[in-house]
Amino acid sequence: MVRFAVYVLRMIACAARGSRQYYLWLGTLLVFVAMGGVSYAHHLSDGLIVTNMTDHVSWGIGIANFVYFVGVAAGAAVLVVPAYAYHREDVKEIVLLGELLAVVAVLMCLLFIITDIGQPLKLWHLMPGIGKINLPSSLLAWDVVVFNGYLFLNLHIPGYLLYRRYLGEKPRPIAYLPFVFVSMIWAVTIHTVTAFLLAGLGSRHFWNTPILAPRFLISAGASAPALLILLFTAIRRYTKLDVKDSVFEYFKYVLRITMPINLFLLGCEVFHEFYTGALHSASAYYLYFGLHGHSMLTSFIWTAIAFNVTATAIFLLPKLRNNQKILFAGCGLTIVGIWIEKGMGLIFPGFIPNPLGEIVEYTPNAGEIIVSLGIVALGAFLFTIMAKVTIAIQTGELRLEQPVPTLQDDSTEAAGG
Amino acid sequence: MKKDEASCAGARVEKLVELRLSKDGSRRSFLKSALAAAVTGTVASGCDHPFVKDLLQKHYKELSDEDKKELFQRIEQRTHAWSGVRVKVSDPQPLDGVHWGYALNLNHCNGNRRCVEACARENNLPNDPEIRYIRVVEADNGSQHLEHGTVNYDREQVPEPGKYYLPVQCHQCRNPPCVKACPTKATWQEPDGIVVVDYDWCIGCRYCQAACPYHARRFNWTVPSIEPDRINPDQGYLSNRIRPVGVIEKCTFCLHRVRRGRYPACFEACPTGARKFGNLADPSSEVRQIIASKRVWILKEDLGTDPRFFYFYA
Repeated sequence: MVRFAVYVLRMIACAARGSRQYYLWLGTLLVFVAMGGVSYAHHLSDGLIVTNMTDHVSWGIGIANFVYFVGVAAGAAVLVVPAYAYHREDVKEIVLLGELLAVVAVLMCLLFIITDIGQPLKLWHLMPGIGKINLPSSLLAWDVVVFNGYLFLNLHIPGYLLYRRYLGEKPRPIAYLPFVFVSMIWAVTIHTVTAFLLAGLGSRHFWNTPILAPRFLISAGASAPALLILLFTAIRRYTKLDVKDSVFEYFKYVLRITMPINLFLLGCEVFHEFYTGALHSASAYYLYFGLHGHSMLTSFIWTAIAFNVTATAIFLLPKLRNNQKILFAGCGLTIVGIWIEKGMGLIFPGFIPNPLGEIVEYTPNAGEIIVSLGIVALGAFLFTIMAKVTIAIQTGELRLEQPVPTLQDDSTEAAGG
Repeated sequence: MKKDEASCAGARVEKLVELRLSKDGSRRSFLKSALAAAVTGTVASGCDHPFVKDLLQKHYKELSDEDKKELFQRIEQRTHAWSGVRVKVSDPQPLDGVHWGYALNLNHCNGNRRCVEACARENNLPNDPEIRYIRVVEADNGSQHLEHGTVNYDREQVPEPGKYYLPVQCHQCRNPPCVKACPTKATWQEPDGIVVVDYDWCIGCRYCQAACPYHARRFNWTVPSIEPDRINPDQGYLSNRIRPVGVIEKCTFCLHRVRRGRYPACFEACPTGARKFGNLADPSSEVRQIIASKRVWILKEDLGTDPRFFYFYA
């Protein structure tokens, strides 16, 4: 017990110490978190009226970001599956960071929901037993279940493995492997349930499509490796963790599969909407071409398509993808492209026109954007400190036998980092 | 009279301060007892504090008669506190063997929107920002393409030639997508078919709003503002009581009226006789007669929601 308490304290100490760059990065993030907090305080005190949402478009940028980050959380499977199912050693070395990224993404998703609802203090109504969670009929209730389950799995697995590593003991497979395999399936469920949440609504034709879940999974499989390439490049540069080149090759390989499929599925959707030409396609017309003079989203969706097509070309052509700068650009285009396509390109037009044919447009206002930025910053903050501790344990800098590092030890580490 | 718990605790501390200051008690023991009084006062009054009570309040279906009495009183007192209006909150129960249904004659409706205003008055709907349960779509004759219609028509005189009017409110579906969607069971269908919301149980996620094919649900984006002289004092707990901020509300066919043998406000306000209301379970009721003999249709039948709201031509 004492040993564990010391472990926790040492982890905190490890997270709290770092180079000037480290503090600067965390400080910058905290500024955004604080700004988001202030902006959210307005939401709380004045009601959600301070947002641009209306009874017509009743979900906005918060839910759009939620959907995107569910993809990031599910995308951890891109690391988990090869590490544990196919025993790829190079991926195994970094899989814990992938799982922690999932933890952070899930926490961000929960925050996107909490900041979006009208009565956040009454969230306890969702708790099984105490509240009245509407299972099995509400998909939102299922989302609560699968999210908390995924959060638990991805906290338990790296938590257990890291503690064992810290102790210098071999992990017992029974204590984590079953959870690992459950988490692989669970990654699919979180994104599937989120897709079903939208696809299950008969009144929203734009969402009411069976390929929404496959689209979500594939786009998650595209945005996650793109993000991971950038993330692990940074980790390789700023920390002592050795990320093998083969890992990056693996990410590129995944992108070569998922990006074209993502475009293909988008094409299927577009065909279905426009060739039929039924009135049900109004939202799609609104999104791609504008409807009755309203076209707030058209430039965004075409930007997304241009980004995704360009990125796909980059990943498919060896000359381009093997040029690091162009590869990074491709990753950036993928992240932004899929963020638009999946977030604002999917959530907003679902509400436009409304079920009675009224067209009320929506774009987030500064306050909403700042709240979202705050949540993203908080996610980045948490990931940074968790990654720092994880790397310290994995590289053996933080382990049981070692005496508590002095300030000097630490500054050399930081300088080296 | 309303017992303000917080100020009670405050008064206790104040009294103690006076008492202590009048004596030559040592400073330390004074502080100690003041602190003790403050703490016990806070803890004792904490559970009784209206804020905590609101937060921990049970779901409507789990309230005992005693709970209800206390709760309705709390709501009445709260309304009185800010508006000076004495209201009566109650929860009339569904009547046995009754399934409420609505039928609306599109030949007669001329888009005057008296129903919209009467509904707002009856149900304590705020004007700013405006919440209205009934939307009247003005559309071109010969088309059911709602996008070509408008709810924002503003005419000196109705009806406009070449147009028809389609009032839409909650259809009290037999297969309500909103009820399925709600993650907390804060909205449900009553035995008489009316879909209600427990405004104090709703967490304000707005999933039901996304699920509703009739655009019938409204969200309280801010604290609803209603002029005291517009407050309807006859308030149903599950219908027209003044809602809190951040929750969903909707048309309930004026359940606080219809369960007591009165017609819905929109029905009474309609000057054209287009609205017909009654018991779908009673074969001799007017709505049943209409369904049996007129050209009746329902909105968005393809979605399988099976509404209790019928449109007809006669």
